[in-house]
Amino acid sequence: MDWARTYDVLVVGGGNAGLCAALSARRAGASVLLLESSPRELRGGNSRHTRNLRCMHDQPADVLTGSYPEEEYWEDLRKVTGGQTDEAMARMVIRRSATCRSWMAGHGVRFQPSLGGTLHLSRTNAFFLGGGKALVNAYYRAAEALGVDVAYGAEVRELELTGGRFLSAAVTVKGFGNRARARTLVAAAGGFQGNTAWLREAWGPAADNFIVRGTPYDDGTVLKLLSGAGMRTVGDPTQGHAVAIDARAPRFDGGIVTRVDCVSLGIVVNKHAERFYDEGEEFWPKRYAIWGRLVAQQPDQIAYAIIDAKMPGTFVPPVFPPVEAPTVRELAVALRLDPAALERTVEGFNRAVRPGTFDHAVLDGCATAGLSPPKSHWARRLDTPPFAAYPLRPGITFTYLGLAVDERARVLAADGKPSDNVYAAGEIMAGNILGKGYLAGIGMTIGTVFGTIAGEEAARHAAR
Amino acid sequence: MRPADRLPPELAAEGERVMRLCNACRYCEGFCAVFPALERRLSFAEADLVYLANLCHNCGECWYACQYAPPHEFELAFSRTLAQIRAASYQQNVRPRALAGLLRHGGRTAAWLSAAGLLLFLALELARGGMAGLVAPHADAAGAFHALLSHGAMVAVFLAAGLWAAAALALGLAAFWRQTGERFGDLVASRAAARGFWDALRLRYLDGGGGGCAYPDEVPSPARRRLHHLTVAGFGLCFASTSVAAVYHYGLHLPAPYPILSLPVVLGTLGGAGLLAGPAGLLWLKLRRNPAIVDPAQTGLDVGFLVLLQLAAGTGLLLMALRQTAAMGTLLALHLGLVLALFVTMPYGKFVHAVYRYAALVRYALEQRRPRAAR
Ligand SMILES: Cc1cc2nc3c(=O)[nH]c(=O)nc-3n(C[C@H](O)[C@H](O)[C@H](O)COP(=O)(O)OP(=O)(O)OC[C@H]3O[C@@H](n4cnc5c(N)ncnc54)[C@H](O)[C@@H]3O)c2cc1C
Ligand code: SF4
Ligand code: SF4
Repeated sequence: MDWARTYDVLVVGGGNAGLCAALSARRAGASVLLLESSPRELRGGNSRHTRNLRCMHDQPADVLTGSYPEEEYWEDLRKVTGGQTDEAMARMVIRRSATCRSWMAGHGVRFQPSLGGTLHLSRTNAFFLGGGKALVNAYYRAAEALGVDVAYGAEVRELELTGGRFLSAAVTVKGFGNRARARTLVAAAGGFQGNTAWLREAWGPAADNFIVRGTPYDDGTVLKLLSGAGMRTVGDPTQGHAVAIDARAPRFDGGIVTRVDCVSLGIVVNKHAERFYDEGEEFWPKRYAIWGRLVAQQPDQIAYAIIDAKMPGTFVPPVFPPVEAPTVRELAVALRLDPAALERTVEGFNRAVRPGTFDHAVLDGCATAGLSPPKSHWARRLDTPPFAAYPLRPGITFTYLGLAVDERARVLAADGKPSDNVYAAGEIMAGNILGKGYLAGIGMTIGTVFGTIAGEEAARHAAR
Repeated sequence: MRPADRLPPELAAEGERVMRLCNACRYCEGFCAVFPALERRLSFAEADLVYLANLCHNCGECWYACQYAPPHEFELAFSRTLAQIRAASYQQNVRPRALAGLLRHGGRTAAWLSAAGLLLFLALELARGGMAGLVAPHADAAGAFHALLSHGAMVAVFLAAGLWAAAALALGLAAFWRQTGERFGDLVASRAAARGFWDALRLRYLDGGGGGCAYPDEVPSPARRRLHHLTVAGFGLCFASTSVAAVYHYGLHLPAPYPILSLPVVLGTLGGAGLLAGPAGLLWLKLRRNPAIVDPAQTGLDVGFLVLLQLAAGTGLLLMALRQTAAMGTLLALHLGLVLALFVTMPYGKFVHAVYRYAALVRYALEQRRPRAAR
């Protein structure tokens, strides 16, 4: 890259959203500089850990089965967000999601026919062949081929704006300061989940027990700089996507493998060996995104998913082996829980289980009676040793507090007027659509749609 | 299991660890047969590791796609671990076991046996015609080869070598199959066997799930698959040429060498060209491939086999071109020596991969018919 040059478009963040912006801006003829704060080997932010995106379609299409019309997509989104969304913007994204795949394929992304997957998503979601890192690699190759300048290990530390107009960015590249100048800025630097101090501000000391599922480089610097420069934000800093993951996961970047998919099959207890939520309320894929928050609300933010020997084989085997014991009492000892309390909980649960025919593929009739909280489906007695437990912690995927934008991806100033030359895409603005809740695969859809819009708009603006 | 049949404990432990990771992740399931096969399993015993490792072509796709590859703290190098397990499994299944050392030093084995082959045929030629016969120019007339070398001796040597190689390979295959616990009948005569054979032959999974695979570098490319096809086709044509020549000899009583436009020579020339170009391309790719994805300990085995194929083909073509000159005698001995080494080293060199890949793909086809565990 050339630090002396004034580029048409400066893209900050080399994940899915930033890459989509860089590619579409370059295609529109703009000169583009993309800055990515991680080293090359760890490029791609959270996008590197993804697997699919959610697409609208009116009939079976390439890798997607059946149909997923706009209305159904919108209804799904409205439900999970409890209406905390912007309908016009959301519908725009949904409609554009129908044509994303061909644009993506045109830049080297390959899709795979779903071989089953865990989430039964082959109707609504298109899976990337090889996952998100393969997607990111393909985009970087395409960017290189098109002549996008890319700098790795390049962290934006300061932004120079006057009256809401972007002028330049102060960048640290491997410890040395530089200044990047451009006519437009696309902010695609992710959420702030990688920033432990900020999480603590929002969540209090509980945040120290959170595990970050994705990149440590999404530390919210750009979000903070732009809101500090008078841009409007949307959303609540405690809102985001969080799931319950294996407590033994690495502090960052554990990604998908730390998932524990047996919650709905057994019971989950807290550190007092007490159950706290209906484990069988709904299919796991529809509920896994609430369990991060549920565990975060428990004392010391820890919980244990407990199953017996009947259950392995009916869920994806987690990466870390479970803690096992021949009796419930010994399991409690191994987990350092109160043995009497765990025995009481398991006995109480076993007594409440009503007879039924177990079938994990449907909302079966196996439920408890007279138990609080109840278990509404897949309730089977825990009676076959060895008993096994997986410790759980809240695993935060990404935060929703973001920059307010309009449908042209222009960042809004405090007075609600769109900025002249600042655009945003991806996690950093997902809160416009996701006030709360989550719909699997919509993160990449938002990033792809807004990324391509931001790139086109920025290129057009720079050419004026 | 005998101690010799065990994987080194660290390798087995690492194999189990990487399988657990991939089984919890499954992002690569569209690339090849390895992932769908591992997803059927909850645990990974040594026999499972060996089977899975022999399904892998080491195409590299899963290295570039893996979010857990170094510098991630999980340091997942899936394809390299599989390559190491594969190499260990070749060792386990060498028959007779006493010859495992030949395979371990595959490159050296190929070189020594080639030299031995050359000496053997030189000796046979000298025994028949003496020094004068060896260096005399030859008329391009039918029977010239056999003036130098008794046809009977030649057939005897190659028959013995061929039978030896076939028997050793068959025993290795049987040992591999026994480990899988599948029925023997299914290996040779079943729909799964037909499927496995066809998938092995067309390199179905050396395609990165469509569009080529990440070899020699990150960019998906069909190059390796095409060059491998070229090599196999060259091998097949040379084999066909020899078979036709045998028919000419025994059926039509026409002794070699044959005219340039005869069927054996045309087939042999095309085959020889394939065996020069295919391995040359594969070697070129090998030079440029990413060292992170491979097991460097196996380079000798791979290179030894490819070079031997080329030398055998190259000397065959030279022999045809120079068969009227004084060099013919020496070239004939050289060519036959190399071909003999090729046969003898089949069970102790890279060639074994074809046998085990076939068996692994048959097992894969068998498993595909069975209901799978929940996802
Ligand atoms: C384990 C996991 C699985 C997921 N699976 C899915 C899925 O299957 N489908 C789906 O839709 N979503 C999924 N998500 C969510 C998805 O990752 C995000 O919605 C999406 O990737 C966001 O893309 P992005 O480009 O906005 O952010 P990112 O991909 O995180 O990219 C932001 C980039 O900005 C860089 N950056 C940050 N600050 C700076 C700075 N100051 N200077 C320079 N660069 C900076 C970072 O290094 C990073 O590379 C998953 C997330 C995780 C963690
Ligand atoms: S190689 Fe890596 S990305 Fe691929 S399935 Fe295994 S863990 Fe997942
Ligand atoms: S290297 Fe290629 S063939 Fe081997 S497991 Fe990975 S993707 Fe499959």
